[in-house]
Amino acid sequence: MDQSRMTDIAESASRPSRALKRPAILGGLALLLALAALLSLATGAMPLAVGDVLRALFGLEVDAQSAAVITMIRLPRMLLAIIVGAALAGAGAALQGLFRNPLADPSLIGVSSGAALGAVTVIVLGGAVVAILPFAASPLLLPFAAFLGGLGATFVMQRLAQSGGQAATATLLLAGIAINAMAGAATGVLVYVSNDTQLRDFTFWSMGSLAAGGWPGFTIAALPIAAALAAIVVSARALDAMLLGEREALHLGVPVQRLKNVVMVASALAVGSAVAVSGIIGFVGIVVPHLVRMIAGPDHRIVLPGSILAGAALLLVADMVARVVVAPAELPIGLVTSALGSPFFLWLLVRRRRFG
Amino acid sequence: MTRIKRVMTMGGMQGIAILSSLALAHADTPQRVVSVGGSTTEIVAALGAGTLLVGVDTTSLYPASVTELPNIGYVRQLSAEGLLSLRPDIVLAGSEAGPATALAQARAAGIEIVTMSEGYTPEAVARHIETVGRVLGRKAEAADLLDAFKVDFATVEADLARVTTKPRVLFILQTGRGASLVSGTDTAAHAMIELAGGVNAVTEYTGYKPFSPEAAALAAPDVILMTDQTVDTLGGKDSVLSEATFAATPAGRDGRLVTMDALYLTGFGPRLAHAAHDLAVKLHPAHEFAPLPERAWTKAE
Repeated sequence: MDQSRMTDIAESASRPSRALKRPAILGGLALLLALAALLSLATGAMPLAVGDVLRALFGLEVDAQSAAVITMIRLPRMLLAIIVGAALAGAGAALQGLFRNPLADPSLIGVSSGAALGAVTVIVLGGAVVAILPFAASPLLLPFAAFLGGLGATFVMQRLAQSGGQAATATLLLAGIAINAMAGAATGVLVYVSNDTQLRDFTFWSMGSLAAGGWPGFTIAALPIAAALAAIVVSARALDAMLLGEREALHLGVPVQRLKNVVMVASALAVGSAVAVSGIIGFVGIVVPHLVRMIAGPDHRIVLPGSILAGAALLLVADMVARVVVAPAELPIGLVTSALGSPFFLWLLVRRRRFG
Repeated sequence: MTRIKRVMTMGGMQGIAILSSLALAHADTPQRVVSVGGSTTEIVAALGAGTLLVGVDTTSLYPASVTELPNIGYVRQLSAEGLLSLRPDIVLAGSEAGPATALAQARAAGIEIVTMSEGYTPEAVARHIETVGRVLGRKAEAADLLDAFKVDFATVEADLARVTTKPRVLFILQTGRGASLVSGTDTAAHAMIELAGGVNAVTEYTGYKPFSPEAAALAAPDVILMTDQTVDTLGGKDSVLSEATFAATPAGRDGRLVTMDALYLTGFGPRLAHAAHDLAVKLHPAHEFAPLPERAWTKAE
């Protein structure tokens, strides 16, 4: 392949037909997200009139309890669903592009298992830590530890895989597997010494929930997720070039090693923040980018923002299901996404084997 | 239908008292109650306030009629809006109830939440009964319940004072397919074994731990104690006793496997005296125990 042809492929995304397709798809997804957000505010165990919901949103007079339900429970939860869904799907799309592997997801770079280790450490040993350091007693201790664990695992993996400032993709993947296994073993040790209550707490944490975040959760996670997703979205063209192959991208002028670092750090930041406030929510990061690619093709300038919008919308819908089906109790949201996601994933595998 | 039946089982005079108090519908006492925690729910029902319950959690299994109420889920995984949707005047929350954010959100929305203090002693159960009685405005009923509870407990203790040998008891819990868990100290099962005049065969650690067959043999229990649910999971009494793990122990040799309902055995609610009595009878077969009188809260459906 000569240079001009490759440039042609990389540039093909900006042909007029695609230029029209992009606003149409992204606009449609944004509309879907807005619809899901409104629906999520109007749905819940408490039967509230849509009129009351709108009045409370615009600061008009409603009875105190309805106002509290909307402004203190549903609104922060809706916003949390949006940022968590966006973070998981956006990071998933970016990592699939970076590794040129449609089955890549955030757990591949160690961030989920690292976050789980951080969370279980606080759940099991938190009491002892607080006894020594009383100022550490805070509901934010667990999110903070999960966040550090997630980022730490990715950082260690990245450092281990590098030699002379370079990291081969295959080495990165293998290092990720090793880091996952190590974090899993450490988590296992803590689970072993945990008591019944701690074990249950961890089990529920690892099935995910948007119930406990509230305004504090949204506030601490929003900024890092927004920054990370911005860094991911501006890498779209470079990721398009990566689809041709690492060497080809390098020849096209893409700073490949820097791109790897940026995408991995941004993904770890986004997913680490999301997991910190919501626990582990599976399959959003892997399923959503596929859905978007099925509609939009491989162009990352559609796939990345599209996945962010669709991930937010999908998690809103999943959270509505989680809140309503067993009301007044709640399903862990990770169960809902996995129950919807795993059949799709299987179908994807079978399809790839047949047509791949 | 079930509510009427429940009221009837509370016994003649008390039943009438409940009906009249319902008819009066005191504005100052809670009329819609959500109970979180199996023992709290039992106490509410024992105080004749079962008809006020509008929701319970997954650990509330007794009296059986409460399982028909709206269920707010697992005690550590409550939903603020789920609680609110039941429009309770008050939520009686066991010490385990959580997560804290959900409770804080419900409180902020104007729901009164009273946290119960629980513990594995008869005194803690008495305090628990007093608290629920005070909060629900049923102090007289709580006093009656406490009197009966103390009389029953004194009967059991008097009998146990004449027991000379204390059997070593191994409590085994099996919840899923994994390894069996054995109770160390600081558990409800440990406390029950002591209350029934036994000795826990395993005191090397606190809480529950997976246990190896060799360690089980080394603990040399005279009796193996399990919940009915565990025995079912393990495939019945015979298959438990024939297991090689236990065959070498005194308990296996003598075929001494004691089983009881999980909530009854480890619930630490108003039925504690009766549960301790029933366990004591099984732990000390050679000893004569005075039977305890049946109470409204021990035969409720």
